[in-house]
Amino acid sequence: MEGVDTIFCYPGGATLNITDALYHSDIHQIVVRHEQAAVHAADGYSRASGRVGVSLVTSGPGATNTVTGIATAYMDSIPIVIFSCQVNTMLIGNDAFQEADIVGITRPCTKHNYLVKDVKDLARIIKEAFFIARSGRPGPVLVDIPKDVSAASCDFKYPDKIFLRSYQPTYVGHAGQIKRLLKTIAVSKRPVLYTGGGIISSGASQELLKFAEKLSIPVTNTLMGLGGFPGNHPLFLGMLGMHGNYAANMAITESDLIIAIGSRFDDRATGKVDEFAPRAKIVHIDIDPTSISKNIKVDIPVVGDSKNVLKKMLEMLDDNKEDFENFQQNITDWVQTVNHWKNNYPLTYTKNGTLKPQYVIERIYELTKGNAIISTEVGQNQMWAAQFFKFLKPRTILTSGGLGTMGYGFPASIGAQVAFPKSLVIDIAGDGSIQMNIQELATAVQYNLPVKIVILNNRFLGMVRQWQELFYEKRYTWTHMNHAPDFVKLAEAYGAAGYRITEEKDVDDVLHEAFNNNKTTIVDVHVNPEECVYPMVPAGAPLKDMLLV
Amino acid sequence: MRHIISVLVENEFGVLSRIAGLFSGRGFNIESLCVAEGIDPTISTMTIVTTGNEAILEQILKQLNKLINVIKVTDFKEMDYVSREMILVKLHTDEKTRAEILRMAEIFRGKIIDVSPKTYTLLVTGDEEKLKAFLALVKPIGIKELVRTGPIAIARGEKTIKPKEIQNKGGEADG
Ligand SMILES: Cc1ncc(C[n+]2csc(CCOP(=O)(O)OP(=O)(O)O)c2C)c(N)n1
Repeated sequence: MEGVDTIFCYPGGATLNITDALYHSDIHQIVVRHEQAAVHAADGYSRASGRVGVSLVTSGPGATNTVTGIATAYMDSIPIVIFSCQVNTMLIGNDAFQEADIVGITRPCTKHNYLVKDVKDLARIIKEAFFIARSGRPGPVLVDIPKDVSAASCDFKYPDKIFLRSYQPTYVGHAGQIKRLLKTIAVSKRPVLYTGGGIISSGASQELLKFAEKLSIPVTNTLMGLGGFPGNHPLFLGMLGMHGNYAANMAITESDLIIAIGSRFDDRATGKVDEFAPRAKIVHIDIDPTSISKNIKVDIPVVGDSKNVLKKMLEMLDDNKEDFENFQQNITDWVQTVNHWKNNYPLTYTKNGTLKPQYVIERIYELTKGNAIISTEVGQNQMWAAQFFKFLKPRTILTSGGLGTMGYGFPASIGAQVAFPKSLVIDIAGDGSIQMNIQELATAVQYNLPVKIVILNNRFLGMVRQWQELFYEKRYTWTHMNHAPDFVKLAEAYGAAGYRITEEKDVDDVLHEAFNNNKTTIVDVHVNPEECVYPMVPAGAPLKDMLLV
Repeated sequence: MRHIISVLVENEFGVLSRIAGLFSGRGFNIESLCVAEGIDPTISTMTIVTTGNEAILEQILKQLNKLINVIKVTDFKEMDYVSREMILVKLHTDEKTRAEILRMAEIFRGKIIDVSPKTYTLLVTGDEEKLKAFLALVKPIGIKELVRTGPIAIARGEKTIKPKEIQNKGGEADG
């Protein structure tokens, strides 16, 4: 069947039949403290492991509480299946107690959803739900089960095969298009690989590495693409976009050929669309035809699975060596230029004796040697994590890229820790975001999940404050968070460990202890309050117009 | 530009709202929409008329295709087609206008389908141009109410719009 080993769940009246059936089940059942967290945890489980994450919640408020989690997974194409329970079929539409039209509510933020009206359809629908969630461009699928349906019984037969005439994703890229694409690469002089989350979801990082190395083409990643190419590789330019590396944004601007793979030209990545890669042809490989030519006009589209297409490209490369005879020579100048940008404009920050958030991330990277699963909240913490931690392997960064959901990181780290009990899982948080799902400390402690929350505590909703500093003359309306709890005491109140760092000299020792104590842990790091994330491309400006430190 | 789009969908509850949501979510107006089963009772054909920016429309067509319940999307712009629409129109009548209305109905091959002392209700079918001409002519007589179906369309000649041959195993999930 689907091999589900874990569900993230929360009970209610409408779940009772199912909850009761799970009384003796071997399925690991993690009961959260808020349904939003159940979905983020299932999402984190899925991002870290590549398997489909599952959550189960009750009707009405239980179901509506999942919406942010579902929308988060939808925007980032994460395969999860959400079971929501529903009032009795007969009562649907009657404003019954704890009724919400969750199928209607989640229609625009699920890949697909179902209301099960007859128990005889349940097995087939579950099979379809998992298939749809993980195939093609993955995404969340919701299955709404009325209470009378979960009470009914029928002969159980799980279908071996299902067939959906209306859903047949294209995995294999058009050979002619791939050929054209390679011919275009062969004559390019300033090529860049621009890769996104599609590399992660299709498991194409090995193929990407081979391809980039074979031709020595520099690589930039979107936020969702991080980990898809080794962050410490000489060909790696770092992340592009609003807070992208100088070299990455300049490479895009000066390039004559953008090879986009599994990325969707999000506005945070492209900057001003009309001036994105003004001198470049654009080739785009993506499994989702709707992503192609949506924001940026594409010259050579290839609809297909990233891994599949990259494999084919590697094969064809071997068969067409003569096309690439002069390629290395042709791109020498370009490689030099790109390296010049990399060396002369690296990511940096002013070191002035105060405790800098960037420094904390650098130390986390050094102390873990990159060997950790990092989740992030949203805001400056997220961008610093993306910039200063070098993600070496796929599925090591869990971050809400598309929706930008504060409160995502901590429950996601719980999900990842459940999937990998032995790994070091760290949530890089802000003092604002962490308060959005702080109640999950109880869950983490209850299930002995030694997740580490490192709060880059700047007493501000830092990212919004940064915009106010730069574009609203420092009028810090709403963003000053001077009424935060004492996070160390708060951790202790939940039965977790709490540490505080206020000076740079303590960073290594405290982090070392925190990472090795085997407990759910908060490290409250009091960082420089008015630090900004740089480089920054102001909203609506072209990528080359970066504000630097 | 005005487009007539045919969408073959699984004949299930909820499908119409998924489709309507795609249009409304992008601020696109559906001018008209006809839905009914075809030969195969598991498939409904929707004929949608919409107007708008080509780039957005291309996005909508792709997004329609992406919906799990959508089997096939065709923009009639890509082929020769015939389209027809039906209207029901209720006209004020009195001794002076009755003969005139009957004559119009005859010219436009319409039918009187309901009569009351003060009204005639006519049924007229045709393409857009014909109906426009008809309505312009009866307007001075006094239109009390007008209901129209919106067009339905079909390809000319031997071409048909059917679900594509299901060739590959792409849609199959293994056990
Ligand atoms: C649920 C939600 N509400 C509001 C926002 C808008 N927002 C984006 S970043 C940010 C500030 C985050 O503050 P904090 O978590 O302290 O992180 P920092 O930027 O200081 O690192 C806010 C409010 C959001 N992304 N998500």
